[in-house]
Amino acid sequence: MAEKKWPETWQEVTPGCMVFIPGNTREYHTGSWRAQRPVYDFSKCIKCGICYIFCPEGCISENSEGYFVADLDYCKGCGICAHECWPGAITMVEEG
Amino acid sequence: MTKRTGMEIAFAAAEAAALCRIDVIAAYPITPNTHIPEHLSDIVADGRLDAEFICVESEHSALSACCGASATGARVFTATSSQGLLFMGEVMPIVSAMRLPVVMALGNRALSGPINIWNDHSDIMSQRDMGWISIFASNGQEVVDMVIQSFKIAEHRDVMLPLNINLDGFQLTHVVEPMLFPDQEEVDRFLPEYKPYATLHPDHAVSMGTLGLPEIFTEVMKAKDEALINSKRVILEVWKEWEEQFGRKYEPIDAYRAEGAKVLLLTMGSMDETAEAAIDELHKNKISVGLLKLKLWRPFPVEELRRAVKDAKVLAVMDRAVSFGGASGPVGAEVRSALYDEPDRPLILNEIIGLGGRDMTVGDFVQIAEKAVRAEREKPREGYEIYGVRGS
Repeated sequence: MAEKKWPETWQEVTPGCMVFIPGNTREYHTGSWRAQRPVYDFSKCIKCGICYIFCPEGCISENSEGYFVADLDYCKGCGICAHECWPGAITMVEEG
Repeated sequence: MTKRTGMEIAFAAAEAAALCRIDVIAAYPITPNTHIPEHLSDIVADGRLDAEFICVESEHSALSACCGASATGARVFTATSSQGLLFMGEVMPIVSAMRLPVVMALGNRALSGPINIWNDHSDIMSQRDMGWISIFASNGQEVVDMVIQSFKIAEHRDVMLPLNINLDGFQLTHVVEPMLFPDQEEVDRFLPEYKPYATLHPDHAVSMGTLGLPEIFTEVMKAKDEALINSKRVILEVWKEWEEQFGRKYEPIDAYRAEGAKVLLLTMGSMDETAEAAIDELHKNKISVGLLKLKLWRPFPVEELRRAVKDAKVLAVMDRAVSFGGASGPVGAEVRSALYDEPDRPLILNEIIGLGGRDMTVGDFVQIAEKAVRAEREKPREGYEIYGVRGS
């Protein structure tokens, strides 16, 4: 059974909504908010990491081949990475 | 040993807070509460109390500092008035949402404008729905007692809510009165050490003040409402313990000569004792009018009020604030709402009185009581009236 994301009833609300599990924000996948997703053309990517620096969500990381890619579980599709990518390796496409 | 001491009530509030061994005070001076933090600052500077007095640049910072300090497990006290309370407004619901037992002495003062430093209840009424426990003192002794009781109530594991003690600006804050002060040993016996439910500490991860999405917000509001409603049980328990140890009785609605009275007045704060004198005068002239002194404003004592008025034909409710464009004053609206379902509820008059420091004399309360007596026969429409306003 999947773990509950939030209390079902008011009686289950912890006093002051205190959260005792550190880092559990990770379980909340904000990627579902996204209207557009970043698509990469690695032939243009120079691995400079400017997308990683500008991503307000902090969801971009370097993969084993040295390319920077967004974790789509958390990417909200803001498009800042595509805007900042001066070699033009990132295109935003509609989620379908 | 309990000692009788003559002292300004604002100073007495500070002395009472010091007896509670508070850890942190963060406050910004504003008339008429100023002497409370000022005197606490003296107490700390003189080395009589081992506490941190945080000098902040505003009331917003004062309550924010209190919120943070309380989250670390400190016993925290603050004081303010009027516009200062409004400036704390943004943080007010956060403290209650985080279930932090911050205690505040509120020297009630009219809200501007025009600028007015004198007493009425418009400040607290504007912050009525912030999720704080709200109690009203009639005199200096009650201020001393309530400050000490407040920490025990607010910090109780079944409560964990912030609390404000309302003391009328000038009428109480600046009056010198003889008061009984319990000694340190007696306070220590009454008030246990604060054992917080959770604290911000690097060794034990906890998040406080988190995000609440639509999927959970309604349940969180229900939990907060229930917490405030349920706090009444603890308030009654603590008041009972106080009475057993110190012999002074506290009730949500303190009735004065109300037994069998067909006509009742309802007052709060410093008007209580003036109204008592009026009731005595009326009794001398064989006019039987009783008085209900409302001590507990939030949670509102609905059942106690219903019991207290069950034999009454007329209830005149005093309000010290205007709810502009509303159906009546804030207390009037509350009382009517609480009694609406009662099959034999009394006729309810609502008098808005004593705004911005206008004196309310014994004679004024006698006049209002006589109007209430007439209302039993004349059955006027139940609205509200701004008592004594020139031009009406």
